Amino acid sequence: MTTEEQNIDEILIPILEKVSDPEIPVLSIMDMGVVRSAVIKNNSVNVKITPTYSGCPAMDVIGDDIKLALKQAGYESKIELILHPAWTTDWITPRGRKALEDYGIAAPLDAEADKDVLLNGKRIVKCTNCGSTNTRLVSQFGSTACKAQFQCDDCQEPFDYFKCLK
Amino acid sequence: MKNENLYNYILGIADNSLILGQRLGELTGHGPSLETDIACTNISLDLFGQVRSYFQYAAKIAGDDRTEDDIAMLRKERDYKNVLLVEQPNTNFAYTMARQFLFDVYHLAFLSELQKSTDLTLSAIANKCIKEVSYHERFSSDWIKRLGDGTEESKVKMQEAIDGLWTYTDELFHQTEADKAMVAEGIGVDVTKLKDAYYARVNEILEEATLEIPESKWFQKGGKEGIHTEHMGYLLAELQYMQRAYPNMEW
Repeated sequence: MTTEEQNIDEILIPILEKVSDPEIPVLSIMDMGVVRSAVIKNNSVNVKITPTYSGCPAMDVIGDDIKLALKQAGYESKIELILHPAWTTDWITPRGRKALEDYGIAAPLDAEADKDVLLNGKRIVKCTNCGSTNTRLVSQFGSTACKAQFQCDDCQEPFDYFKCLK
Repeated sequence: MKNENLYNYILGIADNSLILGQRLGELTGHGPSLETDIACTNISLDLFGQVRSYFQYAAKIAGDDRTEDDIAMLRKERDYKNVLLVEQPNTNFAYTMARQFLFDVYHLAFLSELQKSTDLTLSAIANKCIKEVSYHERFSSDWIKRLGDGTEESKVKMQEAIDGLWTYTDELFHQTEADKAMVAEGIGVDVTKLKDAYYARVNEILEEATLEIPESKWFQKGGKEGIHTEHMGYLLAELQYMQRAYPNMEW
């Protein structure tokens, strides 16, 4: 597990890993770090999830998908949305970062590099198509709240960059 | 209601985000370019997300059968306590960005203080929102600079927008009765203390944008007491239409 605040019954991990983010289907919600706790009590599971962004429209769907997956495994469940501690991109696992890159979304850099990229126009984000860092910011806001739009000046491919949130 | 001051205090905060979010949402499919269209609606989405957290909490405090949707959609104009600034229309893109900037600088300073609230739900919401709002402030201050220090025409338009909206800035720092009660309990933010840093930051960006800092000392107020400008009724008519026409509709 990525952080000490997480509390997930081991038997539930394989079930929850099968639930994916509806907006980034290659990414499991476990690799995204949005499941903070999942505990079995009398055959019912209490699940706590935290939103990536406040307005993330995927949260309601994720809640429903978790309920369905647990039901299929024979558990009733209760989903609770928690805001504290606030989600950070640091909670995306290494496997999650790789899944993002394979899907064509550049994974978040660290906070300092992220500032250089979004504020000072530094060219360090790797193009997910050709690997070049000759890339530029097109817009700080992308197809969803968590991403920014980039374009590669070598292969011309437009792509999303997952903004660092800390 | 047992906690009426807290309830009103939360609505005061949330209504700013709700009404500004609605204004930005009007640009869906109508932004000046694809990127700015997406940016404005992304910001709108962030604000609506924040509003949900506040209204869910407010509904819990009310303790009756009202829901977050009732609070958002079914109040009368006088019961919305947002500042006049956020209800001003999208006259042109300069106005949209100037309104955003003048609010974002305040919003960021406000949330930074709200993080210290003794109310754990409010401090958690602030802690979550501030990360999003720092992106908003970057975006809007960039546009102030780009348009202010841009072409002759963009400079004229941005100066007009700043001059036109300036009269609504002072209200941000007025205290309501609920404010005072919540500050006394360590829950609320003393907005009067944010004023100097606010104008220092705003003036710094305006100077960088080669714009004139307005000198007018006459300011409009009333939103926090529910006395709104003529634009508010039209905005609410659109915001509330679905719930009024099809009560209890969900999507």
